[in-house]
Amino acid sequence: MRDQFQSPIVLLGARLLSPYIMVFGWYVIIHGHYSPGGGFQGGALLAASLLLIRVAGGSKLAELQIQEFATTPLAVIGVVIYFATGLVAMAAGGYFLDYEALPIPGVEPDWLRYIGILIIEVGIGLAVMAILVMIYDNMVRGEDYA
Amino acid sequence: MLDFFFGHYAYWFVIILLCIGAYGILFKKNLIKKTIGLAILQISVVLYFVSIASKWDATVTVMDPDIPLDQVANYLNPLPHTLMLTAIVVGVATLGVAFTLLIAIYNRYETLDEEELIDKIQ
Amino acid sequence: MKALKILILVLFAGILIYASSDLPFRGDPDNLMHAEESITGTTVKGNYFIQNAYRDTRTPNMVTVVLGDYRSIDTFGEQVVIYTAGLITLLVLRRSRRRGK
Repeated sequence: MRDQFQSPIVLLGARLLSPYIMVFGWYVIIHGHYSPGGGFQGGALLAASLLLIRVAGGSKLAELQIQEFATTPLAVIGVVIYFATGLVAMAAGGYFLDYEALPIPGVEPDWLRYIGILIIEVGIGLAVMAILVMIYDNMVRGEDYA
Repeated sequence: MLDFFFGHYAYWFVIILLCIGAYGILFKKNLIKKTIGLAILQISVVLYFVSIASKWDATVTVMDPDIPLDQVANYLNPLPHTLMLTAIVVGVATLGVAFTLLIAIYNRYETLDEEELIDKIQ
Repeated sequence: MKALKILILVLFAGILIYASSDLPFRGDPDNLMHAEESITGTTVKGNYFIQNAYRDTRTPNMVTVVLGDYRSIDTFGEQVVIYTAGLITLLVLRRSRRRGK
């Protein structure tokens, strides 16, 4: 599983498709306010684009994209973005995760909620992407050991 | 009678899917097949919640400026969709944990068959 | 033993299908969960989300609003759950690898 796939056509197809899937994943996260989508779906798409290269190209090619040790910090960053949003709102005088109290000057309360939802969607997307890639990497490791 | 059928056939398909999942858990000896049965059972519950959220002559849960928000019958119920959205992702993550435990079991006992595993443990 | 299991499974399916005949018709707008008021006179939550989601957050997609705003603490707990699942894969598989050497 860690070696490159034998057929060059599979590798070429994976390399062709992967960037478009990644762009579409970011589109689904950012455009989640206006169309079906959001952090979970976009994060799953981002993980799909990374896992496609991992399955087709082997671990040597995958290290150029995102390295194995980098997935755990990315997951932590995703969770911390979500938690820090709630904590900042609480420190500024509101309740936990009450986006009305976010300290951004000159924005109406309803548009503050809009911004808060956007921030936590990005956090969810990062965490879901990193965790799905992390599960795959650890499974490959465990299988190699046997 | 036909009205009753069109009102309830979604529930029957969900129940059949749930029984297929229960069949996988009860009858199969291989632990991987049992896990697949567990996943099918979970998907059946997700489909049930999505099916009860539907309304005839209603649109999706994205606000359209032409359709007024006052009449609730114009839009689907957003709450079951949200709950199932989170349930799907949790399901994928717990499926990953299940396969991780299976890999750990295979590394130690070199089998995934249920009866062989019980023999080797004792 | 196997016949008993099959009997239990068929009985289970039969009981569930019999019970499902009492469920409300799928897609009927007059169902209790789609009504504007519940039996006890309080507002039904799905109804409240439909009517107030855009006014509260200026976001047209109601599912995103329920996920990120009204039920945000639930979503946070759920994110912690999937993070824990990722950590479990890390701890279980890497630990067994180090022990074997």
